[in-house]
Amino acid sequence: MMNNSEHILAVAFQLTQLLVVVLAAPLLTGWVNQCQAWLQNRSGAGLLQPYRVLHKLFHKDAVIAHNASWLFRITPYIVFGCMWLAAAIIPIIAVDLPFSQAADVIALVGVFALARVFIALAAMDIGTSFGTLGARREMLVSFLAEPALLMVLFTASMISHSTQLPRIVEALAHHQFVLYPSLAFAALAFVIVLLAENARIPVDNPATHLELTMIHEAMILEYSARHLALIEWASSLKLFAYISIGIALFLPHGIAEVGNWAGLPLAIALLLLKLTVAGAALAVLETLMAKMRIFRAPEFLGTAFLLAVLGLLIHFLLGA
Amino acid sequence: MQIPLALQFVNLLAALLLLIVFAMLSQRRILSLINLFAWQGLVLSVSTFVVAYSTAQHHLYYSAALTLLLKVLLLPWLLHRLIRKLNVRWDVETLINIPTTMLVGIALVIFSFNLAAPISQLAEGITRGLIGIALASVMLSLLMMLTRRKAISQVVAFLSLENGLFFAATSATQGMPLVVELGIALDVLVATFIFGIFFFQIRETFDSLDITHMEKLKDD
Repeated sequence: MMNNSEHILAVAFQLTQLLVVVLAAPLLTGWVNQCQAWLQNRSGAGLLQPYRVLHKLFHKDAVIAHNASWLFRITPYIVFGCMWLAAAIIPIIAVDLPFSQAADVIALVGVFALARVFIALAAMDIGTSFGTLGARREMLVSFLAEPALLMVLFTASMISHSTQLPRIVEALAHHQFVLYPSLAFAALAFVIVLLAENARIPVDNPATHLELTMIHEAMILEYSARHLALIEWASSLKLFAYISIGIALFLPHGIAEVGNWAGLPLAIALLLLKLTVAGAALAVLETLMAKMRIFRAPEFLGTAFLLAVLGLLIHFLLGA
Repeated sequence: MQIPLALQFVNLLAALLLLIVFAMLSQRRILSLINLFAWQGLVLSVSTFVVAYSTAQHHLYYSAALTLLLKVLLLPWLLHRLIRKLNVRWDVETLINIPTTMLVGIALVIFSFNLAAPISQLAEGITRGLIGIALASVMLSLLMMLTRRKAISQVVAFLSLENGLFFAATSATQGMPLVVELGIALDVLVATFIFGIFFFQIRETFDSLDITHMEKLKDD
């Protein structure tokens, strides 16, 4: 049982992480975009561009269609809340955060699903054809990506005998160094799911202006001003959350324990390094790949599912 | 149970081998298929080297070097030359539905893991799981031979099948005698040469490397 001072400390850790993720998420998006710009021989808009966009959007007047219902209005807040919660419960700086007890990995997938359902409903709420098209495509992609994500998380759960993220991270980070072939498969599958779920290049193009090829962008075409800002911010948070899950599952080394203030600076420095490298790697990956036809996406995500299942099988066979 | 790092590494390489076979199974382009075959040879060579190092069996070093020379450099080079001469460099193969093939592949993996389980009980403690993986990659290569249409991809599948057998031999039973390995290496090399000649013959007769043409026996 925790005593009182430890409890306060844990809450302090949690609040720090809540603030850090919400403030740092646009920076990560900016970094990915900047890397992409460099790779494409452009000078780029700078690391702080996402903040400028958010600032601009928050100061505009929102325009809402006449036939929009309450669903359309509350969706940005729900999506933002879900993504913030998801990013906050993943142990990235320290394990054993108070919020992490609230949701295990399966609930985490559920939180992502909740946000997705609302944004798809809101896209159909207005009744424009592009919104409906985007919602349908999003559902196609996500219903294939979700089982793959669950399989990846199950592989990690099997190794650590728990579906609680802090337990998984503890089991992987604080034990003796072991090579896990099953985790290598899971990592590959996870990268594919990350690309698909965050509307990145081979499946969707976040920078597209062509409505017919849009998936995520088509759903949010009708949003403006603060609503759009919240959704953009939520997208950044989602990318941050996914990269954090990747770091927590596959590179958790160096994470601090609760109450270990001495380990904190090192943990933060390592986290920054990991995020920087992961963001740059994502940009390289996106630059190397071409956007695929929407009907190739099931095959792409089927590969992710296959890899994740192979990881599970290999865990059974090799016990590692 | 804590197993030594070298064997963990061999396990990882075994998993990589399985992954490469799956990648080959889903590959549409012949050029990428050959490159994947070269990667498979590299993984095999490294795993043989690690086994040689960890068990201090010197003849396995020769075997690793032979694999590197033959399967990473010589055979892919020969195949590359062949597809350049036959001018099928950018051929895209029409496969029967890749996702279905993949699902069949997963079923095959489960089947061979189950099949290998009793055999593994007899083998030495640590490398037990590897027999299942080797068997699975042999099965998957067989599947690839069945589902491919072009003669070249079938040959690559055949060579990958041999890689799977070789992996089983080195990792699970600590290698065959060097004489046997040399013989097999020579066989594979000669087989590739003969296949090359076959390709030219097939193309001369049918104007294509698609072996479905060979099912027509009518003289017209």
